[in-house]
Amino acid sequence: MAASATTARAPTFLDEVIARTPGDPHLERCIQCGTCGGSCPSGADMEHTPRGLFALITAGMKDQVLRSNTPWYCVSCYYCTVRCPQKIHITDVMYTLKRMAIDEGYYTESTAREAPEFSKTFIDFVESNGRSFELGLATVHHLRHRPLNAVSMAPMAIGMLRRGRMDLTPTRIKGIKQLQAILQRAKELGGAA
Amino acid sequence: MKYGYYPGCSLERNAGAYHQSTLAVAAPLGIDMVEVDDWNCCGATEYFSINLLPAYALVGRNLALAQAQGASDQLVAPCSACFLNLTKTDRYMADSPELAAQVNTALAAGGLHYTPGSVRVRHLLDVIVNDVGYDVVAARVARPLAGLRVAPYYGCLIVRPGYGGVFDDPEHPTTLDRLMRVLGAEVVDFPLKAQCCGGHMTQITQEVALEMIRRLLKNAADYDADVIVTVCPMCQLNLDVYQTNVNQFFKTDYMIPVLYFTQLMGLAFGASPVDLGIGKEFVDARPALSKIGVSVPAAESARKPGGASKEALPMPRMEEKPR
Repeated sequence: MAASATTARAPTFLDEVIARTPGDPHLERCIQCGTCGGSCPSGADMEHTPRGLFALITAGMKDQVLRSNTPWYCVSCYYCTVRCPQKIHITDVMYTLKRMAIDEGYYTESTAREAPEFSKTFIDFVESNGRSFELGLATVHHLRHRPLNAVSMAPMAIGMLRRGRMDLTPTRIKGIKQLQAILQRAKELGGAA
Repeated sequence: MKYGYYPGCSLERNAGAYHQSTLAVAAPLGIDMVEVDDWNCCGATEYFSINLLPAYALVGRNLALAQAQGASDQLVAPCSACFLNLTKTDRYMADSPELAAQVNTALAAGGLHYTPGSVRVRHLLDVIVNDVGYDVVAARVARPLAGLRVAPYYGCLIVRPGYGGVFDDPEHPTTLDRLMRVLGAEVVDFPLKAQCCGGHMTQITQEVALEMIRRLLKNAADYDADVIVTVCPMCQLNLDVYQTNVNQFFKTDYMIPVLYFTQLMGLAFGASPVDLGIGKEFVDARPALSKIGVSVPAAESARKPGGASKEALPMPRMEEKPR
């Protein structure tokens, strides 16, 4: 946790974001150079570039930040992270903002609200089986969000099945009870450093 | 050389060709891999978006199993996302005793424990170029890939951010280029070789995802690549399976097969295409492979040319550049 988060004044939104990110993300060091947005492969489609988002965080504009599609359009490629001259852990900060948007309900107001629901559906299968299950994931996700599109996706699914690239039923690990006990304990422990 | 092996969910099914070809080239290279028994999903890029500590604990179980089963203190992961999550969890647990204690408290609920730093996670490409070495690979080449123009595609997570140590440049990597040259292939310049394929974006917003894929296909086509070679199941899936969608959306007509680097290695070593999972790709690899005298049984093969829709206007074609 950064020093700025431990001072006596009331914690700012910036402090909160830093505190909820593992290790020290150095977010307070941002000099607004824009290297992150310029490096981002999906930056052009974001409502705010990462640089812009960090300015909003520093200004305490929580609503705008957590409603933004920016964290959800982050593809987690770490280009910005390796290029940032201030060594800010930008990808980790984006993950923090995603979790905050879910925890505080903001994501439903985001134009990218399908993204967290995709993540949740993916994880539901992992928590039940210990492995991901692509057919189930694609089916649930598309039927929930774009039923018309699901029909047009059918040829792709059939192509995957025909080539032996997709299972009809999920694979379950032997130690699923053990895994579920571990995940349950982790949830009870709450947020990590 | 003995290693633990963590295939990951993709190699179990959609990237079965990667699994098959990995095992086919591991043996002749003296890479002895023992699969971690009862491994679970790494969480991909999804779990860290939802719940932090369970995301680490999910990965932690795999590390703990690898440590306990003790096949080796090194663990090979061929999937870039698995590689990233395993190295990240190990590194963050090592850097933060507080996190390590929390993960281990969770693991204890399943009777497991992981000591950070006790398993070194390696990507398969790193193991092949650095542990085996280019010379040993060269000595196994029985059918050089002469005349095959290959675009070496690294994607993002094996070169960035380097949680498990850096084995290649994060922006201008060259190990895969050199490996393909050792196989006798002609490696084309591929400026976008370390750009992201978009990962799960196809499931979030098609427009953004397809544009990211289109850029990569165009870049490979601009340099007259016969084939894109990849090190990651997600990259393969996006560039191969969604190539038709890109063509429909942008009225383009790309037909660039996307193969795993281990499939090309296997072909160069003289293995049969079927044993390397060739034929499971959506974009037919046969025309490209015929350039190196490899024929694939028709039944195995994939889609016919003609990705663009019938209503699309004919696209102007650049004249073939002299080679």
